[in-house]
Amino acid sequence: MTDAAVAVPATTVHTDTERAIVAERVTRRYLGGRFTAVDDISLDVPEGQVVAFVGPSGCGKTTMLRMIAGLEDPSEGDIHVFDKPVLGPGPDRGMVFQAYTSFPWLTAAGNVEYGMKILGVPKEERREKAMKLLEEVHLSKFANAYPSELSGGMKQRVAIARTLAQNPDVLLMDEPFGALDAQVRWEMQEMMIELIEVEKKTVVAVTHDIQEAVYLADRIVFYTRSPGRIKEDIILDFKKGQRFPKKEELLNEPGYIDIERQLFAWMREEIQAD
Amino acid sequence: MSQITTQSGHIGSARSGGVRSAGAAGRRRRPKQVLRLLSPVTSNQTLVYGLTGAVVFFGLWEVGHYLTPEESRRFLPSPQHVIATLIRLIEEKDYLSDIGVSTYRIFVSFFAACAVAIPLGVFMGCFANMRALINPMLSGARYLPAASFIPLLLVWFGPTDTQKLALLFLGVIFFLIALILDNTEAVQKELVEAAMTMGASRREIVMGVVVRAASPAIMDSMRNMIAVGWTYLVIAEIVAAQDGIGAVMMRAGRFLKVDIIMAGILSIGILGVLTDLLFRMAAHYMFPWNRKRRG
Repeated sequence: MTDAAVAVPATTVHTDTERAIVAERVTRRYLGGRFTAVDDISLDVPEGQVVAFVGPSGCGKTTMLRMIAGLEDPSEGDIHVFDKPVLGPGPDRGMVFQAYTSFPWLTAAGNVEYGMKILGVPKEERREKAMKLLEEVHLSKFANAYPSELSGGMKQRVAIARTLAQNPDVLLMDEPFGALDAQVRWEMQEMMIELIEVEKKTVVAVTHDIQEAVYLADRIVFYTRSPGRIKEDIILDFKKGQRFPKKEELLNEPGYIDIERQLFAWMREEIQAD
Repeated sequence: MSQITTQSGHIGSARSGGVRSAGAAGRRRRPKQVLRLLSPVTSNQTLVYGLTGAVVFFGLWEVGHYLTPEESRRFLPSPQHVIATLIRLIEEKDYLSDIGVSTYRIFVSFFAACAVAIPLGVFMGCFANMRALINPMLSGARYLPAASFIPLLLVWFGPTDTQKLALLFLGVIFFLIALILDNTEAVQKELVEAAMTMGASRREIVMGVVVRAASPAIMDSMRNMIAVGWTYLVIAEIVAAQDGIGAVMMRAGRFLKVDIIMAGILSIGILGVLTDLLFRMAAHYMFPWNRKRRG
């Protein structure tokens, strides 16, 4: 992203900002068409928005994310990211996985540099930027540690820094904190808020965790269970465009409880359907 | 704050006191078990257990030797006799050059096998359609006993060194490919996907990610398969061989010199252990990132 996007308040739909992700009537079938994971989904994400995909297990939210990443192809429909059709994975769409994907043979700094090396960034610039990013994810002290010497949370920080190092247009996250324990997840969520403020990326994060979605996102896209369709698509107005460095501050916001209750209700509906 | 310190100090002293009194009172403990699941051994214990195992083995051998009737004892010579024979072979019969020839055959044939198996295994592991094309034929080949190739190899190469190298090569290659295929397929799928989303080329993903990620496991497979290579040595050196450990053993067999045969077996065992050590050390230095986390 060359021209710095303004932090987009979630309250209004910005017609003047660019459309970051545009999905048009996307369907994804498996098993020779017998199973439909994603059914006719259209989606429009403006630049700078933080979107959470929420829904019960098996609702196709991860499939949708992987199609935006280019790791899977839609059976029907098209996806464009900043007006470019998605034809495969690429560094314009950074992805953070739930599984730990730091390369075990590279140090934390080496991992962060890896993506930049692929893009042909000169060595000194790589090193410098890696150190800066490791600082952003609070990992400076572990720059020379191998992943085997890092905790799960630290490994995810490396993965996030590595992805950001390529300066992608869009940051995609597939349950990035799903494997972490509650305390570490909480720390990571607060770190993500810092990063979103600093990096000003368009973010799409898949999560099971309702509180996480409400805390991180400007907008929640709620999926129905198989076939995956959009059940509800809501802007989190109650936050008035603010992002809260401390998670507990969110709890005091009027409207927070109502949103959370609503999301739980939708989740229950979907789990109990059929 | 001071209150907390006092408190924790109090708990600490209470606890240590508690343990002592409980010990004195003979508190019930978990019964000691020799075979305890998930129970680690210290490096000292490893040494003690290992030595015990060796002592028991040689002890049983010794006992077996003395229980054998006097007239047939030469068919089961004592361990010290076998060791003495081994030393005599080295000193008087230039046995070291036989060991050298055998070692050379093992290593040359094995690295030739690796040069084929590693690229092929990785290739099939990376591309499922190539696996479907190639693997069925190779799977069948694993069931062929290496010895069954001897007549063919003799016709092709004659009683040459090449014939022996070829046999040792065939003895390991098919299993090596299968293992390396497994090692490659065991590479976490997300590592490949992560590299793809970073825009890495296919070549970079295969060489820089899959091979790198699989390399410790591949090294393990190599270590295990070179051991199998050693087990084929005698078969390779039985037919039309003038030198090598196997040839020495075959010649001794013709004259019922059991002590020399056993010295041959022992020396192969020792060389095997040394080879294993070599591969372990190589892996240790090649993959510092894969070492167990210290302390």
